[in-house]
Amino acid sequence: MFEYYLSLFIKSIFVENMALAFFLGMCSFLAISKRVEAAFGLGIAVIVVQAITVPVNNLIYTAIIKKGALTWAGLPDVDLTFLGLISYIGVIAAMVQILEMLLDRFFPKLYNSLGIFLPLITVNCIVLAGSLFMVERNYTFAESAVFGVGSGTGFALALIALAGVREKMRYSNVPAGLRGLGITFITVGLMAIAFMLFSGIQL
Amino acid sequence: MKVKKLLLDPVFNNNPIGLQILGICSALAVTSKLETAIVMALSVTLVTAFSNMAVSMVRNHVASSIRILVEMTIIASLVIIADQIIKAFAFDISKQLSVYVGLIITNCIVMGRAEAFALKNPPIPSFLDGIGNGLGYSFVLIVMAFIRELLGAGKLLGYQILPVYTEGGWYVPNGLFVLAPSAFFLIGFFIWIVRTFKPEQVEED
Repeated sequence: MFEYYLSLFIKSIFVENMALAFFLGMCSFLAISKRVEAAFGLGIAVIVVQAITVPVNNLIYTAIIKKGALTWAGLPDVDLTFLGLISYIGVIAAMVQILEMLLDRFFPKLYNSLGIFLPLITVNCIVLAGSLFMVERNYTFAESAVFGVGSGTGFALALIALAGVREKMRYSNVPAGLRGLGITFITVGLMAIAFMLFSGIQL
Repeated sequence: MKVKKLLLDPVFNNNPIGLQILGICSALAVTSKLETAIVMALSVTLVTAFSNMAVSMVRNHVASSIRILVEMTIIASLVIIADQIIKAFAFDISKQLSVYVGLIITNCIVMGRAEAFALKNPPIPSFLDGIGNGLGYSFVLIVMAFIRELLGAGKLLGYQILPVYTEGGWYVPNGLFVLAPSAFFLIGFFIWIVRTFKPEQVEED
């Protein structure tokens, strides 16, 4: 049993890396990867938010939205799946807000270092995608918790690695037209090839 | 004249993907086939246009502290409509697009244009701005999907264009083009080409 969850965890970090295999969270991935420090802050924030929102959305999905989920309320025929998107994004926005207030109250130091990144996470694709993948793959509650932490970690890892590469790249002489965004895309492409090595690994 | 500028400016001079760094997530993921790219481009264009129009209509009645919530609700409702329409009329494609239709909600183009343009302009120009930015996005998406499907599988829209060697032809498909990394390289080179012809877009850092 433990092995199954471990393999799911490793898979969601490396094989199904949110940023490099599914192209998710690209906007912040490219925008926040100029400095390692900032990348680290955003990475931590994404892991925390993913670890909370995916399991919570899983509970909401199985208890309310899924077809036949309202049987306990005497409504076995109700299918609310079309409300999925709007409720997930609502949960995510609410969770980020709550997390922000909690951090501000109990961990002011962490709160200050995360700064602007927390609210930005609401519109980060990977958080919503985490919940959507959870629904699409029919994860149980435990699976979705593992998947949430794993996919967040994978994103953080890729982000910090890219920031490290970009910091070094400041000393290179890049062709004028490629400067900034262009060369970053090509770097990310090479990183994606590196991450492809993990595909097909069975644990 | 102004209409033309609103529609065509985002396609070449101020491309949402090439210059504004908006909406890249989905641009890369759905371009391994031309068919999915076209459906995605169409839905993003329409969602951007209508969300821009709706946001612009309510812009004078919404306090700025809750505007993000209002924008999210408008966008999410429009995306649900798009998602249901695609599911109803093109079920196979909706399976291939998987979560990416839902991710239009968090596509920065939609949110970005609502914040940057629709909040300050009347409904009709906002609508056109949405269409224009959608076209800029579609342009990049379709060009990339065209290259990736043609070189990766020798097909366009599912029809065999280059005869593949496994079926007696001469073309050996380049598998890299259907995989993730090629999308990054193509968009990198796309930006390079655009900036070679428009040197004013080059970043100095």
